[in-house]
Amino acid sequence: MRIPDTKENLWKNFDEVRADLKPKEVMEEVSRCLFCYDAPCTKACPTNINVPSFIKKIASGNMKGAAHVIMEANPMGATCARVCPTEELCEGACVLNDASLPIMIGDLQRHATNWAMKNHEPLFQPGKPNGKTVAIVGSGPAGLSAARELARYGFKVTVYEKKDKAGGLDTYGIVPFRLPQAISLWEVEQVESLGVAIHTNTEVGKDVQVETLMNDFDAVVLAVGMSDVPLLGIPGEDLDGVHDAIQFIEKVKDGHLTDRFIGKRAAVIGAGNTAIDAATCLKRLGAANVSMVYRRSEAEMTAYPFEYAFAKQDGIEFRWLTQPKSFIDDGLGHVARMECVRMKLGEIDASGRRRPEKVKNSEFYMDIDVVVKATGQVRYTSLIEAFGLENDHGIVKVNPETYQTSNPKVYAAGDVIFGNGSGEAMVVAAAEQGKKTARAIQEQMLSRI
Amino acid sequence: MADLSINFAGIKSMNPFWLASGPPTNSGYQVQRAFEAGWGGAVWKTLGDPIVNVTSRFSALHYNGQRVAGFNNIELITDRPLDVNLREIAETKKKFPKQVIIASLMVEPVQEKWHEIVKKVEDVGVDGLELNFGCPHGMAERGMGSASGQVPELVEKQTSWAKEAAETPVIVKLTPNITDITATAYAASQGGADAISLINTINSLMGIDLDTWNTIPNVAGKGTHGGYCGPAVKPIALSMVGECARQTDSNIPISGIGGIGTWRDAAEFMLMGATGLQVCTAAMHHGFRIVEDMIDGLNNYLDEKGLASVMDLVGRSVPKYRDWGDLDLNHRVVARINQDQCIHCNKCHIACEDGAHQCIEMYTDKNGKPALKVREEDCVGCNLCSIVCPVDGAIDMIEKPGEEPMTWNERQALLNTL
Ligand SMILES: Cc1cc2nc3c(=O)[nH]c(=O)nc-3n(C[C@H](O)[C@H](O)[C@H](O)COP(=O)(O)OP(=O)(O)OC[C@H]3O[C@@H](n4cnc5c(N)ncnc54)[C@H](O)[C@@H]3O)c2cc1C
Ligand SMILES: Cc1cc2nc3c(=O)[nH]c(=O)nc-3n(C[C@H](O)[C@H](O)[C@H](O)COP(=O)(O)O)c2cc1C
Ligand code: SF4
Repeated sequence: MRIPDTKENLWKNFDEVRADLKPKEVMEEVSRCLFCYDAPCTKACPTNINVPSFIKKIASGNMKGAAHVIMEANPMGATCARVCPTEELCEGACVLNDASLPIMIGDLQRHATNWAMKNHEPLFQPGKPNGKTVAIVGSGPAGLSAARELARYGFKVTVYEKKDKAGGLDTYGIVPFRLPQAISLWEVEQVESLGVAIHTNTEVGKDVQVETLMNDFDAVVLAVGMSDVPLLGIPGEDLDGVHDAIQFIEKVKDGHLTDRFIGKRAAVIGAGNTAIDAATCLKRLGAANVSMVYRRSEAEMTAYPFEYAFAKQDGIEFRWLTQPKSFIDDGLGHVARMECVRMKLGEIDASGRRRPEKVKNSEFYMDIDVVVKATGQVRYTSLIEAFGLENDHGIVKVNPETYQTSNPKVYAAGDVIFGNGSGEAMVVAAAEQGKKTARAIQEQMLSRI
Repeated sequence: MADLSINFAGIKSMNPFWLASGPPTNSGYQVQRAFEAGWGGAVWKTLGDPIVNVTSRFSALHYNGQRVAGFNNIELITDRPLDVNLREIAETKKKFPKQVIIASLMVEPVQEKWHEIVKKVEDVGVDGLELNFGCPHGMAERGMGSASGQVPELVEKQTSWAKEAAETPVIVKLTPNITDITATAYAASQGGADAISLINTINSLMGIDLDTWNTIPNVAGKGTHGGYCGPAVKPIALSMVGECARQTDSNIPISGIGGIGTWRDAAEFMLMGATGLQVCTAAMHHGFRIVEDMIDGLNNYLDEKGLASVMDLVGRSVPKYRDWGDLDLNHRVVARINQDQCIHCNKCHIACEDGAHQCIEMYTDKNGKPALKVREEDCVGCNLCSIVCPVDGAIDMIEKPGEEPMTWNERQALLNTL
C-alpha cells in the first residue's frame, strides 16, 4: 500500500491484496495435495466442498469440473475462496499442517472459480418446474444460496432486495481489497441465469408488504442479515465526521472513494473483523493515523489472528482498555476530540470474557478528525415482528434442522439467525444455511404433495 | 454431455473405463464397490489353479517427493478357490447387470484345461474372456503367463483352444517383455482372438536396500524380478498400443493398459487406437473414486472438442504415428526464449552446453541484467532446453521456413533413380 496524496491514486490501494496464483504455483500446489480419503479439509468446510476432488480436477486439467465441484457445494465458492478464514477451516484441517505446510486450498479454489468467471460456461441448469413458489427476502449469501438451490429443484423463486444491487455484504460489506465487487456480482448472475427473479430497490415491509408475501407464495425465506452499527449512546454521536462502519465500508465498496480522509487522524471504535476492515480502509484512503479503540484487551478481541496481523502490517495503532465517553465538536459541528476513559478487566461476564470496568478519574482526550463506529450490528427487529416470528432480541429462532421459524411457512437463514454463540457470522455459513433451507423446503413441499 | 459408451469387440460398456485384472478386482466386494463408483467394467483377478503368494509383494518408485511414479509387484494370479470366485462373479453380475465383467484366465498350455475353464466362467455369465499371457514372474517359471506369451506359436495355439470353447469374445492380453509386440498380436489374431489388451507388466527390479543389500521388495532376504507398471510405463504402453494399431493387416480392437490414471491418459490411448481402457495401479494408489474425474474430465473434453461420442476419438492419431523414414528431413524448429517469462535459472544454457549443441548464450543486457539468447543458426531444434525449463511458456519451439519437404524414404527413392 502507498500513502495516497491525490484522489486519482487512491484506487490503486483498493486492488486485491493477494494476487492470483501463477500457473506454476498452481501446478506445484495441486501436485502436493495428497488426495486424502475422507478428507479433513472437506469435513472442516461448512459447505463440505469436496476439496481433494476439485484439486485433482485442476491437476488433470478438468477446470470446468473443478469449478463445478466447488460451486455445486457452495454457491458463493468464488467469494469464499477470498474471504473465508481458511486457517480456521479447510487449511487448518489439512493433514500436511504437521508434516510440512498446508495446501493453499483457498487460492486453488480461487484459481478454479476464476476460470469459471472467465469462460462463461454454464455450470448448472434449472430444475423441471414443480409449480411451487418461494419468496426470498434479502439477496446476501444466505438468500442467493437458497434461491439457487430452489431453482435447481424446480421452484419459481422471487428475491426481494432493498439495495440497488444484489449480493448483500459480499457486494457492499467486505472490503474491495479482499473481495472485489465483480466477484459477488458474478455469483448473483449465476443465480439469475437459473431463472430466479431478483427485484432490487424493493424493501419488504415498505415497498412490498409482509402480508402480500405470505399470501402470494408457498413459502418465504427470511435472509435479511443484520443492519447498521448500534448507537453508542454517548454525546456527540451525531457530529459530522462520526460514521457507521457498515455504511462507511459500503460507500468505499461501491466505488465512492473520497479524498476527504487524506492526512486525517482517525479512530475506530471496536476490535472485531469489521473494525479492522474499517481501519484498513481508512489507511488506504490516506488517513495519517488510525487508532483502534477497544474497551477490552488484546486477548478478548474477536478479530481473526490473520486480520489482526494484517492491520498491524498496515500500521494501525491499538488502544486497548479504552472506552469513548463523548465526541467533542470543533465549534462548526464537526468532531475534533474524543473523550475517553481507561478500563480494567474484572470478573468473567456472560460472554465468557472478563468484564471491562472503568478506572476512576482516568479520563483523557484524543485529537481526532474522523470516528468510525464498529461495535456490532443491530437487528431488523420490527420486520421480524411484522412476520410475527419468535425471536430473541431480533435473533430469529429456527429449527436447527429445517431452518423453519415459529411460522411453518417462513424459513430463516444467515446472519438473521446468527448469535448467542451459534457459530461465526461468515459467508460460508450463510451459504450453507441457505442450501439447507432449500433442501428442507423441497423435502417438506414434496411430502405434502 | 457426450456419449461415453463403447462397443469393444461386441462387448457393450457404459464407459471405456475398466479395472485391469489385479488386486482391485480380487473379490466381489471390491468389484461391486468399483461399479458403484462408476467403473464401466472389471477384468477379474486372473483365475486358474490357485497358487500360494509370498508376503511382501509390492514396491514403488518415488521420484523427487512424488509417490508411486512407478510400481512393481511379485504377486501371482488369484489365491482364492475357483468356486468362490465363480460364485462372487455370478452374484456381482446379478447386482450389476449393466456393467461388464471379464474373466481373466491362465492355465497350463493344454487344450482340455482351456476348454474346461472357459466353460466354467461362461456358465456364471461373464461378458468376455481375457487370456493372461503376460504375467512375467512366478507363473512364467511354470510355463504360463509371459513364458507362453513370448512364443507366438503358443499364443496362437492357446487362443484357438480358448476360442473352440468360447461363446463370448476372447481378448488376448499381451506381455511387453518381447522385442516386437506386433508378432504376438498377430499370433493372437491368427488364433482367432476377438481383441487384444496390452500391456501387462514389464520385468523390473525396484531397487536395493543400501544397508542390508537386500532387493526391494524382499521375502526373507531374497528377491526376484517383478512386474513394472504405473505412470512410468505409460510411454512404453502407448507406443506398443500404437504399433499394434497401425498394423495394416489387422484391425483387431485394442484395450489399452499401462499407466492410465487420468482422463487425459485415457484420451491419449484412445487417440492412439485403443477402444477400451484398463487401470490397475492408479486405482490401487487412490481408490476407485478416481474414475469420477476420468468420466467427468473426458466428458468435458469431448464437449469442448464438439464430439458426440467417445468412439469418435478412437484411432485419430494412428495415421500420424509412422516409421522414422516417413518424417520430413527438411522441417525446422528452433528454440526461442521469452525474456519476460524467463526466471534465469540457466538450466537451458547448461543443458544445451553440455548435452546438446552449445547454442544458448548467457549475456548481460543493456540494463545490466542477466539474459539468455539462442543462436538460432546453430540450434538443431532438439527440444532439450524447453524440456528442462521449469516455467511453462518461457521457451517456445518456433517453426522456421525450411526447404521443400522430403522424407528419408523419398530421398532414398530419389537416389535410387539416379
Ligand atoms: C464489514 C464486514 C466484513 C466481513 N468480512 C467477512 C469475511 O471476511 N469473511 C466472511 O466469511 N464473512 C465476513 N463477514 C460476514 C458476512 O458478510 C456475513 O456473515 C454474511 O454476508 C451474511 O449473509 P446474509 O445473507 O445472512 O446477510 P447479508 O449479506 O447481510 O444480506 C442480507 C441482505 O438482505 C437485504 N435486506 C435487509 N432487509 C431487507 C428488506 N426488508 N427487504 C429486502 N431486502 C432486505 C440487505 O440489503 C442485504 O442485501 C463480514 C461482515 C461485515 C459486516
Ligand atoms: C499387484 C498387481 C497384480 C497384478 N495381477 C495381475 C493378474 O493377476 N493378471 C493380469 O492379467 N494382470 C495383472 N496385473 C497387471 C495389470 O493388470 C496391468 O496390466 C498393469 O498393472 C499395467 O497397468 P497399470 O499401469 O494401470 O497398473 C497386476 C498388476 C499389479 C500391480
Ligand atoms: S495395504 Fe492392507 S494388506 Fe497391504 S500391508 Fe497394508 S494393511 Fe496389510
